[in-house]
Amino acid sequence: MHVKKRVAVVGAGMTKFMRRAHETGKELAFEAAKQALDSAEMRIQDVDSVALGSAPDAFDGVHMKGEYLLDGAGGWQKPYSRNFVGGGTGVFSAIHGWWHVASGLFDTCLVVAEEKMSSCLPHPQTAFLTIFDNMIERPLGPNLIWIFALEMQRYMQRHKIPKEQIAQVAVKNKRNALDHPCAQIARAATLQDILTSEVLAWPVQRLDISPVSDGACAVLLASEDVARKITDSPVWISGVGWNLDTTYWTNRDLYFPRYVANAARMAYDMAGVTNPRRQIDFAEPYDPFDYKELHHMEGLLLCRKGEAPKLTAEGVTERDGKLPICPSGGLLGVGNPIAAAGLMKICELFWQLRGEAGKRQVAGDPRTAVAQAWGDLMQIGTVVVMQG
Amino acid sequence: MATDPGTIEGDFPVHFRYTAGIAGEKFLKEIKDNGRLVAARCSNCQLNYLPPRIYCERCMSKLEEYVEVENSGIVQSYTLCTQDREGKQLAEPVNVAFVRFPSAHGGIIHRTHGEVCVGDRVRAVFKPKSNRTGSILDIEFFEKEP
Amino acid sequence: MPTEPPGKGLREEDLEHHNVITVTYQPTAKYSWATGVAIGRFLNGLKEGEILGTKCDECGRIAVPPRIFCEWCFRRTTTWVKLPDTGTVNTFSISYIATDTTRLKTPTIPAVIEIDTAGHAGFLHIVGEARPEEVKIGMRVKAVWADPEVRKGSITDIRYFRPIR
Repeated sequence: MHVKKRVAVVGAGMTKFMRRAHETGKELAFEAAKQALDSAEMRIQDVDSVALGSAPDAFDGVHMKGEYLLDGAGGWQKPYSRNFVGGGTGVFSAIHGWWHVASGLFDTCLVVAEEKMSSCLPHPQTAFLTIFDNMIERPLGPNLIWIFALEMQRYMQRHKIPKEQIAQVAVKNKRNALDHPCAQIARAATLQDILTSEVLAWPVQRLDISPVSDGACAVLLASEDVARKITDSPVWISGVGWNLDTTYWTNRDLYFPRYVANAARMAYDMAGVTNPRRQIDFAEPYDPFDYKELHHMEGLLLCRKGEAPKLTAEGVTERDGKLPICPSGGLLGVGNPIAAAGLMKICELFWQLRGEAGKRQVAGDPRTAVAQAWGDLMQIGTVVVMQG
Repeated sequence: MATDPGTIEGDFPVHFRYTAGIAGEKFLKEIKDNGRLVAARCSNCQLNYLPPRIYCERCMSKLEEYVEVENSGIVQSYTLCTQDREGKQLAEPVNVAFVRFPSAHGGIIHRTHGEVCVGDRVRAVFKPKSNRTGSILDIEFFEKEP
Repeated sequence: MPTEPPGKGLREEDLEHHNVITVTYQPTAKYSWATGVAIGRFLNGLKEGEILGTKCDECGRIAVPPRIFCEWCFRRTTTWVKLPDTGTVNTFSISYIATDTTRLKTPTIPAVIEIDTAGHAGFLHIVGEARPEEVKIGMRVKAVWADPEVRKGSITDIRYFRPIR
């Protein structure tokens, strides 16, 4: 693979993640974009291109959401484009921006991700019903949670994972999020809290799930030619990967996300990571549900299939453990405005690798980390490796 | 429900509730409480944005200063609507104009009272204060200045 | 990151009691979806009390739900096969939530049913005539069909799959 220019993240910003924001989507996008620019002491005039990610138009309830968000996202009279790959969008936005700079076409790219789910009533889940096949699935009266429940069940049964080990992820991430200033639902939850929460579609219970959220994030990318003029400590995007599997989800074995592994291999190859278990210092896999963190740890080849729950139980994935997972607090603690949630993980990697994560800082001078998102009909893995 | 195996009918069972946002709230409240239009000022670019917004899209400054827009606008363009949003014929056609204001950058689209031409001077006619709800429809219409 | 990040959160009451200005909109989008060539024929099959699949002449696998292409080989499929109406539960859930997010008193049991002879291919359906605690991955099941007079070419022409006891 031939990459023309190395790409660095030189600035980042985000709004609070909230259950219902007063700000419009445009205003949320602006607050994040402005913060990212200010953090790098850059003006919008110095930005060559803008890449925006946002999930279904049906959440915000506006037509052509990319165009709608453009002026808040700094895209006025610029080469501007929008990507959407479901839950994978946030991390994919960084890849979408990376293309702009790695290709040599632009020196800088502002990447913005936004979601305002609170506009969608009675519940954003109902905007998702068309994810099911209209002919042969919707007549069965499905609920979006079924998909997660069916995948979770298969994963649990295949590896004989007790629910307690999965619930531990929710406890960890909600607690980690207490140190994140933007967190929506940080709390010192106990295992009992998770295990006694309302059963929605067994094995999924209410506290296994991240919330509905509004919010936005942004990062500023720069090519190696200009990155060091902007900041003394650029954080390099050393590998990117993305991969999708068939929509015929009932023909796949859901216990392992092979498309996440494919995307991870692509990113690791580019980054020169030959032994992820050893070389990755911490990771931010996508955690919309607690079992997903474990599923994705295995998809990211950070451990063997079925091993992730054991590592969690042993404390390896705690912020002070040998392989911290979701030190930010993840979606389970910070919140889940779909596209912004994935980019939040890229922001976290940026701050951690510069030693700027404050109370969330992972010890031991981390150098290499991976962020990952996932979405559509359990189809896409989007992976970014960053190095300080 | 298949009427024949060739097609299946269905819908998209959602509705939406939008907030006006920080700037939109200010704009509509000024219409409701004070019967006037306000713009957001970017002192860097020397522009008064109408409708107001919390950011200048040119320089990405945060905008926090609101200025009154004098209620005397100029018709930039206009049209006569004969159909509603779903393509059904309206009982009475509706005149709609895009109105710009000399001191502001941007403008308002609204109904007009009677026909207008490009270049006509028009002003917003507000509903009585007790009837205003904080909606763009608190402006009844734009009418030609005498 | 600023110590006080931007964002003004509201409570549900703020919106319900109009403490802030809101506008509501009910879209009137309705759709008429074509079943397509493959699913059209699959649904006709269900009306006749049959589960149909397609076979890829290149890799030999059987696809159910059927499709006019094998996405693995990226090749048109033209061979149709009749499949048994028995299978195995690949995964399942005990669901207390309806499609409109309201709560169900009696749970429904959605499952992915692998259809016999189709490798591990199958489709989403409901398990019936079973207590939640007895449903297991690997459980053998058989389709319970609606009466021929009421079948109309829908996935619900199979009422549910019941355990083979």
